[in-house]
Amino acid sequence: MGREYQVPFGLTIMKAMEYAGYRFIRGAGCRGGFCGSCATVYRIEGDYKLRVALACQKTVEDGMYLTQLPFTPANKPVYDVEKLSPSVNVLLEYYPEIAKCVSCNTCTKACPQDLEVMDYVQAALRGDLEEVARLSFDCIGCGLCAMRCPTSIVPYNVAQLARRLYGKYVMPRAKHVDDRVKEVEEGKFDEEIKNLMETSLDVLKERYTKRDIEK
Amino acid sequence: MSKLEIVKGYPRYMRESIKAVEKTRDKRSKETFKLMSLEERAELLQKHHPDYKKKEKRPLRFGPNKGDLMPHEVVDLLEAHPLVNPRDIDLSHVDFDTDILIIGGGGGGMTAALWAHYSGIPAENILIIQKLRLQDSNSVMSQGGVQAADKPNDSPLLHYLDIIGGGHFTNNPELVRALAMDGAYIMKWHEELGVEYRRDAEGTMFTLSGGGASRKRMHSARDYTGLEIVRTLKDEVLNKEIPVLEFTSAVELITDDQNRVAGAVLYNMETQQYYVARAKATILSTGGFGRLHIQGFPTTNHYGATADGLVLAYHVGAKLRDMDSVQYHPTGAVYPEQIVGLLVTEKVRSLGAQPVNKHGEQFVYPLEPRDVEASAIIRECYEKNNGIETTTGIRGVWLDSPLIELTRGEGTIQKELPAMLRQYARFDIDMTEDPVLIFPTLHFQNGGVEMINDKAETSISGLFAAGEVTGGAHGKNRLMGNSILEYSVFGRRAGMFATKYAKKMKLGKLTLNHVTKYEKMLKESGVETDRKAPILLPEYRGEKVLSHALDIL
Repeated sequence: MGREYQVPFGLTIMKAMEYAGYRFIRGAGCRGGFCGSCATVYRIEGDYKLRVALACQKTVEDGMYLTQLPFTPANKPVYDVEKLSPSVNVLLEYYPEIAKCVSCNTCTKACPQDLEVMDYVQAALRGDLEEVARLSFDCIGCGLCAMRCPTSIVPYNVAQLARRLYGKYVMPRAKHVDDRVKEVEEGKFDEEIKNLMETSLDVLKERYTKRDIEK
Repeated sequence: MSKLEIVKGYPRYMRESIKAVEKTRDKRSKETFKLMSLEERAELLQKHHPDYKKKEKRPLRFGPNKGDLMPHEVVDLLEAHPLVNPRDIDLSHVDFDTDILIIGGGGGGMTAALWAHYSGIPAENILIIQKLRLQDSNSVMSQGGVQAADKPNDSPLLHYLDIIGGGHFTNNPELVRALAMDGAYIMKWHEELGVEYRRDAEGTMFTLSGGGASRKRMHSARDYTGLEIVRTLKDEVLNKEIPVLEFTSAVELITDDQNRVAGAVLYNMETQQYYVARAKATILSTGGFGRLHIQGFPTTNHYGATADGLVLAYHVGAKLRDMDSVQYHPTGAVYPEQIVGLLVTEKVRSLGAQPVNKHGEQFVYPLEPRDVEASAIIRECYEKNNGIETTTGIRGVWLDSPLIELTRGEGTIQKELPAMLRQYARFDIDMTEDPVLIFPTLHFQNGGVEMINDKAETSISGLFAAGEVTGGAHGKNRLMGNSILEYSVFGRRAGMFATKYAKKMKLGKLTLNHVTKYEKMLKESGVETDRKAPILLPEYRGEKVLSHALDIL
């Protein structure tokens, strides 16, 4: 961030910044590559190329200079999934800006998860919910694609809507889940579970030890 | 430092041992190591589980849990001065007046908010506060899946037995019943929200086994199960327009003149301004204590897991339970150095990977309950000396991930464990070809604020709780897949019952008398300390910087 620090070899960007004396309030979250709070952009001295990384997952290198993304101002319309349908136009309706995609692929290059972001934005434009859901599934919502898009698209929010519609309306429902809910509501297990709760520790231990294990 | 030769991500000296693992792989793929009896489990735990080391704990000196043994790191926070001085806080000016205040915006908090809303509280009368960003929590990191007894060959009764046996029969039966019975409800609700659990073309859920589980009831969405659930909950919270204050923590609870919890003193983490939030009911969903690094262990936990909820609850006199019990996840990464302590999900073992020692031998059934599995790995490394030492002197054993590809077909890891594959690939290790090196890592707070009934109530009126901050449901050991279930089941119940409570509540005058009382107890019990709590964030800044820091701005 414009100030040079020397840190021990092999630290992640996050640990290196802490070693240098920074205490994170923004820019640190799960510290394990799942939450997207530590999106970082950097260059290496002598190289023109702007690179991206998650600070918790990237080892520091000599001559690395960087900044973090503390927040992404992102467009997120409010909707009621109960009232939507998985139609071809639904994504365009809520995110008309996806029609402005110029296929520059900058979003894909900005993804620290190596997802095919542009491909899913294009799939969103075609209304192919399944493809958007599939290609975007490993998205951690770090915000880098949205900040790099020249036409102001927020790919990860588009994908979130697509995944919800796909999960809710297109994926088949589990009948066995409904059946079990019904059995529980009808009180099928009530008496037996009461017996388990009231039985002696010895009997409980015996039932535990003797239960069969599904292989 | 001498330069180490690295071959496909591993130092050359580890390659010898990897060869031994490869040599036995075919044979092992056809063998199952035998399960331990209850007696064998007890002996192993006694000898090797970190919880059983007496000198790592001390008795708490005052309050409702006076005399209870807890890890030093926890006692240090409870035997500490509250952060706020009541004289500095103007309770007559209420900044946020709400029906339900939810402290902590992870899985439990968001579930509670949605169910309070479904139960009739208008969105604008709910407030979620979150010390980092909404969804920042351990919930987002859970990978392996959710247990729910919803298959025809399974039943809530079997799940009940698994939970209570896994917890060494110390759990509160009423809470275990809720966990076991509500599982199918939760799955149904998640399906309705659009959570993409893996299902086949007929809709049958893809389920795997987990440590200590008698049925294959772990539902998953690749190895991003937690992320998929939490981002869906977040989208729904935003769609319902439930108010959220990010980068805002709770530094003290507020009570009314009848000692009922009536909100909290909030603190803007960036501007340092405080706010008074008055609430008819308060739900604590602050998560656990991984970032206290109990006994110096590395942790799988989120940056914010600093036990704030325990401290706040104890200040108002809430009872805690099972605080002597800490969960060490059997399989934390120990190599490479950059990811030490991070989780290698139990799903890796559920899919068939075996823990294997440096000679390529199995030494434990891969899916014992977590405390038992972890103890067996510790024994293998330290008593039997069959571990592999890393370049920084940490010992571990192999988790033979290529076995998954061998038994379930090539491409299984890519499909089912993309997060794990990606994590190792970032450091040039291909877990489809080579095993990964693991050792137990601090993972979960088994105990917590005592939940006194299945309505998610604590021992203090007006204070509800859900998720890892609570104690009772898991007893002394939680099984895999039961943490998502727990925050879902009790988040839902907390939302529903806090609504019921709030609808009838007429609050009295706001006070911080409990803080003055706490200071008095601290003094009378002879604790002399400069410590303050809650700590809100862990301290990782370099010693050189801290020793030369000036507090000016």
